[in-house]
Amino acid sequence: MDTIKSQQVTFKVFRFNEETDYLPYYNTYVMDVTHEEVVLDILNRIKWDHDGSLSYRRSCRHGICGVCSIKVNGKGILACKSRLFDLIDVFGSELVIEPLSTKRAIKDLIIDKKDFWDKHAAVKPFLVSDIVEHPASEHLVSPHDAEKLLEADYCIQCGACHYSCPALAINEEFIGPAAFAAAYRFSADVRDEASVERLHVVNEEAQGVWDCVKCMECAEVCPKEVNPIEKITKLHNMIFEAGVAKNNVATRHAVGFAHSIEKHGLLDEGELVRYSEGNIGVLKHVPVALKMFAKGKIVLPWNMPKADKLDEIKKLIKSSSTVKF
Amino acid sequence: MEKLRYALFTGCTAKESTPEQMMSTLAVANKLGIELVELTEASCCGASHLQDYDDFLSLVLNARNIAYAEKHGLTMVTICNTCQLNTAMTKHRLDHNAELKAKVNAKLAEVGLEYKGTSLITHFLYAIIDDFGLDKIKEMVVKPLSQFNIAPFYGCHNIRPSELQNETHKSHESAYAPTSLDDLIIACGGVNVDYEEKNKCCGFHAELQAPRTAAILTGNAVAGAMDANADWMVTPCPLCHLKLDTQTHHASVAIGREVSLPVLHMQQMVGLALGCTPDELGLKHHVTKVDFV
Repeated sequence: MDTIKSQQVTFKVFRFNEETDYLPYYNTYVMDVTHEEVVLDILNRIKWDHDGSLSYRRSCRHGICGVCSIKVNGKGILACKSRLFDLIDVFGSELVIEPLSTKRAIKDLIIDKKDFWDKHAAVKPFLVSDIVEHPASEHLVSPHDAEKLLEADYCIQCGACHYSCPALAINEEFIGPAAFAAAYRFSADVRDEASVERLHVVNEEAQGVWDCVKCMECAEVCPKEVNPIEKITKLHNMIFEAGVAKNNVATRHAVGFAHSIEKHGLLDEGELVRYSEGNIGVLKHVPVALKMFAKGKIVLPWNMPKADKLDEIKKLIKSSSTVKF
Repeated sequence: MEKLRYALFTGCTAKESTPEQMMSTLAVANKLGIELVELTEASCCGASHLQDYDDFLSLVLNARNIAYAEKHGLTMVTICNTCQLNTAMTKHRLDHNAELKAKVNAKLAEVGLEYKGTSLITHFLYAIIDDFGLDKIKEMVVKPLSQFNIAPFYGCHNIRPSELQNETHKSHESAYAPTSLDDLIIACGGVNVDYEEKNKCCGFHAELQAPRTAAILTGNAVAGAMDANADWMVTPCPLCHLKLDTQTHHASVAIGREVSLPVLHMQQMVGLALGCTPDELGLKHHVTKVDFV
């Protein structure tokens, strides 16, 4: 029979009551934890044995409702799913328990998720289709078409990716990875009729997919392996494929890679900036470009290196390209 | 130990805006006795932007690059985090999707190539840690960096998504508490400093589209290292390097605080510890002056 392993852990728990506190503070608890316990067990033990005023959300306890999402040492987790010993393996025996967003804390680990739900609603996270009330047969979706949804269906709206997204932390207009995954989920559904409408929403500058910093944090943090950045990339693709891409710095930046690779095999970095920004917009980069030039970091056009077997690359670009802009 | 040999995928910046990255990679490989066979036929990996425009084309081009490494029968080694991610992601997708692999190979066949999936892909950071060994590097240090507090900056695409990266190289490190670069700093005799931003995003990939977001991320990273009393920063990613080294003016304006630190490529740090000269390591190519050597 396995023996129950236990370890002493120091928990620093974020505390804040917006009705009574000016500033947040942390309470420290030192407890022995056992290897079968998850973070929610510890929150319960703190509340039941130490301080009944500790507030947090909990519901299903099976990793499917998403309400108990919090951060431990900066990592977004589902409290009911994350084993203490797994976290100790990564972070050691001092664990800092915080809400998903400290600036949105209402009471202790409970946050106001209004911004999350507003953005979710903005992408029409539902199937838009004229339904025949009494159809003669079922509306079947083939396995091949169902596969196009990838894992987007698995999202439980826990908010872990949303409140871990560095772009969203800076730019509050940015829609964020969870809502993008929802936008993809329904736009990729063959029964949906609002795909183009949704693509226009996620195509807008400042709020849309072009402002993603591509840090992969949303893929890393997601407790359900939804891989939101994969869906963001798919939305980029769909914007081009549907012909709704606008001619702006973001789209030209993506398209510029294809032009450059076709010409040199490699990326012409200077030309990419000019192509993306336009002849006027590129001027704002001149001060940095001059500093780089002085340090031998700018390759002049006539010295631009080329990949060997460039003809091979050109041939593949010609035969493999799937979209035009 | 058998001589280590890799197929070197330089990426684009090492040939253009970070010549010092290429110089220091070759200098360190030479010191460690590692043979690098440059994949001169390789194309740009698309840097995660071509993928937004034409996913299939990016798969074909990346598969072609790997096919050349396979022709040499070597593990591909990258020196750019984003090249690492895009190449590793291509390998993962083709190795797990026979239909997609067949479609890509049908294109490669037009130029007489085939992607088989036989070559591993790793970053030079992990090649020297996993294959060469930290202990051996430590033994070879002739100029320990003991007087320096060094801030590691990991760069997103080497550590996330960890599942993919751990599939391609042997270092199984956490995206939330990475250790490889810290361990390398210590092996070089330096003092590694801890700070919150060390595994965060530098903002490089949104620099043109979302300049304010990108500048704040850059500023936060350098400010975090400065507040941790770092003398300089070190990164395995030339794109992070470009952002942290050349964009400090915009970053300072964006966060309302003057921020600036020398930022060395991982290879330059190792090279200094192994006794390479500043010229060999291309330290004169930095915009933020490296004034401690």
